[in-house]
Amino acid sequence: MDIHEYQAKKILSSFGIGIPRGGIAYSPENAEYKAREIGGSKWVVKAQIHSGARGKAGGIIICNSKLEVAQAADKLLGKKLVTKQTGPQGKIVHRVYIEEATDIKKELYLGLVFDRSSECIMVVASTEGGMSVEEISKKKPESIIRSKIEVAVGMQKFQAREIAFGLGIDPKLISRTAEVIIGCYRAFSELDATMVEINPLVISKNEQILALDCKMSFDNNALFRRNQVSELRDKAQENSNEVYASDRGLNYVNLEGNIGNIINGAGLAMASMDMIKLAGGEPANFLDVGGGATPEKMVKAFKLISQDEKVKVILVNIFAGINRCDWVAEGIIQALQKIEINMPLVIRLAGTNVEKGNKILKESKINYIEASTLEDAANKAVKALKELGKN
Amino acid sequence: MSILIDKKTKIVVQGFTGKFGSFHAEEMIKYGTNIVGGVTPGKGGQTHLGLPVFNTVKDAVKKTGATASILFVPPEFAADSAMEAADAGIKTCVAITDGIPSHDMIKIKRYMRRYSKKDKMTLVGPNCAGIISPGKALLGIMPGHIYMQGKVGVIGRSGTLGYEAAQQMKNLNIGVSTSVGIGGDPINGCSFRDILEKFEQDDQTKVILMIGEIGGPQEVEAGKFAKENMSKPIVAYIAGLTAPKGRVMGHAGAIVSAYGESAVEKVELLKECGVTISKNPSVMGETIKLVLNGKKN
Repeated sequence: MDIHEYQAKKILSSFGIGIPRGGIAYSPENAEYKAREIGGSKWVVKAQIHSGARGKAGGIIICNSKLEVAQAADKLLGKKLVTKQTGPQGKIVHRVYIEEATDIKKELYLGLVFDRSSECIMVVASTEGGMSVEEISKKKPESIIRSKIEVAVGMQKFQAREIAFGLGIDPKLISRTAEVIIGCYRAFSELDATMVEINPLVISKNEQILALDCKMSFDNNALFRRNQVSELRDKAQENSNEVYASDRGLNYVNLEGNIGNIINGAGLAMASMDMIKLAGGEPANFLDVGGGATPEKMVKAFKLISQDEKVKVILVNIFAGINRCDWVAEGIIQALQKIEINMPLVIRLAGTNVEKGNKILKESKINYIEASTLEDAANKAVKALKELGKN
Repeated sequence: MSILIDKKTKIVVQGFTGKFGSFHAEEMIKYGTNIVGGVTPGKGGQTHLGLPVFNTVKDAVKKTGATASILFVPPEFAADSAMEAADAGIKTCVAITDGIPSHDMIKIKRYMRRYSKKDKMTLVGPNCAGIISPGKALLGIMPGHIYMQGKVGVIGRSGTLGYEAAQQMKNLNIGVSTSVGIGGDPINGCSFRDILEKFEQDDQTKVILMIGEIGGPQEVEAGKFAKENMSKPIVAYIAGLTAPKGRVMGHAGAIVSAYGESAVEKVELLKECGVTISKNPSVMGETIKLVLNGKKN
């Protein structure tokens, strides 16, 4: 789960990390009021969306008067911001963060992630703050410092000091920098985070260490024990179909193509999407209805896919293991009695009682195209799509 | 032979009396698996499915001599149960549970460092379909009847995609020595590499099928290990060609976040290690057949 910059800042600040003074605003008047409250003569108005690279997309505006703050807020609020990370559909700005401008002396990068290879928490730091970590590893790989933290004992002071010295920090600021790094580590491990990133972490002209921009993501599997984190979820930042799916216990990712698919199991779903691509089509979504593919889940799945306007053809691929194809077939028929589908439907059943399942489908009134293998299903879906184009 | 489990392996079910645990325990027993009892704290002394229930894994091991266990406990309690199994001397533990926090998985693995290599439990999963040695034993939730006994060792992350592979092989009259589901989580018990090592030692296994997916370094690490240490040929399929970067594709671990983690990159890196690639998921069985017949494609 991702959260907004202002939420991440609030969390990190509670772990002792310095942040510039700032406040959230929902209207231009609100923004101007916040600027007055913060004081000073220069502010930054930042669009709050779940994406990095907001600056390049025009989502961050530097202002020299309160009037400019109000104008910037007016410009950003309600706007759809398209960044490198949002995809072409972009994300709508529902709130802006007003922050005092900082005079920067030095910009650094600090990130914490799980390292899946060593199964440790990895701290990544660089003197080249402001660029994305991918850019840094391409342009200045020698500037990157990596430190593996053993979770059983936690981060040690010397490890944080080593990173700070490695960043070339002024000796009198070393212990402050080390505290920031340890604070991030504590936030990561105490809140079940999967990513903490401060970019840039700056040293200001008056020698303060401040998180200018930051991001945090959390382990969805741990939300059951992190109420204060779950409350920060902003569903308005997520694709509406994805929210619909997650509220109903379906594993769904919205994609760009037009062949909708309903599959049981994540691996089989990815494999079926691969076959669609190899057959010359593009999947409209990833959808795993779970190993069981129960009738209830099938109803929800058909409802979800039929809501997606991009979808022109639906491909159903169910491998029945412990459950049986005849039972899955009944589920599909029940689902189609409740939800009307006005487009070609390709169904491939496999596994236990497959002949029985196919017989039930054939004898029912549903209008569908039967497929035998994964490849056959993908080819038939793409063919059905092409035939639609001809008419 | 086969790896990890056979007809004689004595197995206890953790989370035995729950709905899910009971259902699958019955399926495993029907398959001929040597289930000797179960563990549900607070229900010790009772009998369930005609088998004894124990309060602790230690009790169960002491009374039954069990060496393997399977976990059907909710994610909140799964880490605790896995560590309990390790401490009781269980040698192979399958965690079916989906949704264990990554921090908990790391905790389990650190806890297990206290044991020597010889005494260390092999943790399979979590979020997996388990293990099957066809014709011998089932320690998992897969449909036993789609697997034929034979000489292909299978390692995969996904349940249903593994079934798909088993079915394709069965249709070509190709059997499986053991199939191990290592699960779809970012931090898991044993890796592709760990299982490859076991298949290399196993007489029954002649060829290995690895069914990987996007995310994480494990498939490529296994490839590199195989290049140096394996005499048996390996076939691999990597799912997730169409997966966009940075999105979780169902499995918590199926997310591309670094170089070498996308399907295309993994395929390239595995080819360099001498692994034969099944070019699409519909030809896993056929690719295995070619390799079994000594024809690489």
